[in-house]
Amino acid sequence: MADIKITVIDREGLKHELEAPTDMNLNLMELCKASELPVLGTCGGMALCSTCHVYVKSDHELPEMSEDEEAILDQAFFVEDDESRLGCQLHLSDDMDGLVVELAPDGA
Amino acid sequence: MVETDILIVGAGPCGLFTVFEAGLIKLRCHLVDALPMPGGQLTEIYPKKPIYDIPGFPEILAGDLVDNLMKQIEPFKPGFTLGERAETIEKMEDGRYKLTTSRGTEHAAPVIAIAGGLGCFEPRKPPITNIADFEDKGVEYIIRDPEFYRDKKVVIAGGGDSALDWTIFLANVASEVSLVHRRTSFRGALDSVEKVMELAEAGKINLITDAQIVGLNGDDNLSEVVIKHKTEGEMSKTCDHFVPLFGLSPKLGPLADWGLNITKNAIDVDTLDYSTNVEGIYAIGDINNYEGKMKLILCGFHEATIMVQSAFKYIYPDAKLSFKYTTVNGVQGFEKAKA
Repeated sequence: MADIKITVIDREGLKHELEAPTDMNLNLMELCKASELPVLGTCGGMALCSTCHVYVKSDHELPEMSEDEEAILDQAFFVEDDESRLGCQLHLSDDMDGLVVELAPDGA
Repeated sequence: MVETDILIVGAGPCGLFTVFEAGLIKLRCHLVDALPMPGGQLTEIYPKKPIYDIPGFPEILAGDLVDNLMKQIEPFKPGFTLGERAETIEKMEDGRYKLTTSRGTEHAAPVIAIAGGLGCFEPRKPPITNIADFEDKGVEYIIRDPEFYRDKKVVIAGGGDSALDWTIFLANVASEVSLVHRRTSFRGALDSVEKVMELAEAGKINLITDAQIVGLNGDDNLSEVVIKHKTEGEMSKTCDHFVPLFGLSPKLGPLADWGLNITKNAIDVDTLDYSTNVEGIYAIGDINNYEGKMKLILCGFHEATIMVQSAFKYIYPDAKLSFKYTTVNGVQGFEKAKA
């Protein structure tokens, strides 16, 4: 399949339309970093730091949260139960085409 | 005072391997790490996870890699200061650096190699605007001595094991314990959750769920917290202490104030020798930053190897350094640890 489109709303409310390949095993945190968005991804994707915390704004069916992701979100701040995910745990796949996410505030 | 040639901040894989490469050129090393065990993240976070990109090892558990590194550097008798965070550095009159830890242990060396990985793990601070004003004036992020809370009114926030465990423990110590959690369910160990529920039903603690602390009030010391409930709105609660327990998060920590150039939480280095902008201070492994940087253990090993060559020239500007393969020369360790 061709690249998928993902919209990331930054902390100033600006929309960034990103195109991403799904055959490179990228996750959303990596895509944001590669697109120069202000996402730290401090722990490198081990679901450890919550600096890639995002709110999912579209109604896509996303993979279930792992124990690790739930545990870290439980300790994160600014969590919205129905929307919060860790970007690093969202591996880009074809069914995420059109996904809209918003970056959670700093202060993880 | 501990004296050495290269003082390594961070005892993760990269810091450990530095000891080997330094040892080959007769430089001694001492490692300082905030964690109580060597190995950094590999020991602390994922000891049982396999790593697949260490050359020569198709698969190796992180914990085993650390054990192997410890064995590999043993001939070079490294020193360790563990469980103490590197806090401050100052340049001494003889040109060496003095590094002091959180417990006041002093170290002296001409060269400092920062191999700090993600940085130090520090308590997460909730985003309450004036929380810094009340730190150590009623707000504590770590419970050091439970007796400190005897006959006091304590509000604990969080939903993990430490929040549950301390709520249970302090129920018999403090005059009043309230546990505030954002959700109704808790993620801690099942028996701790049950115990907390029992205490709440028996009226021995106040359990306030679906709520968060959003404000702190007090003249000088903390006197009340403002609790925002999902449906019931805001209420204030009188207390002597507020203890937010939201786990740990990696932070650059005190070395952010060492005068080093920092970009996006990483220390800028020159790829010629991984030196920082401060003479005699190098940064290697995940904590450094340069164009094309890859945060991989194997890259850290390379950086350590290049870095010690530069450190040697810095320490002994007039000495000649000849390169020898270990296959030719073997590993000539030090007979004794440095006194």
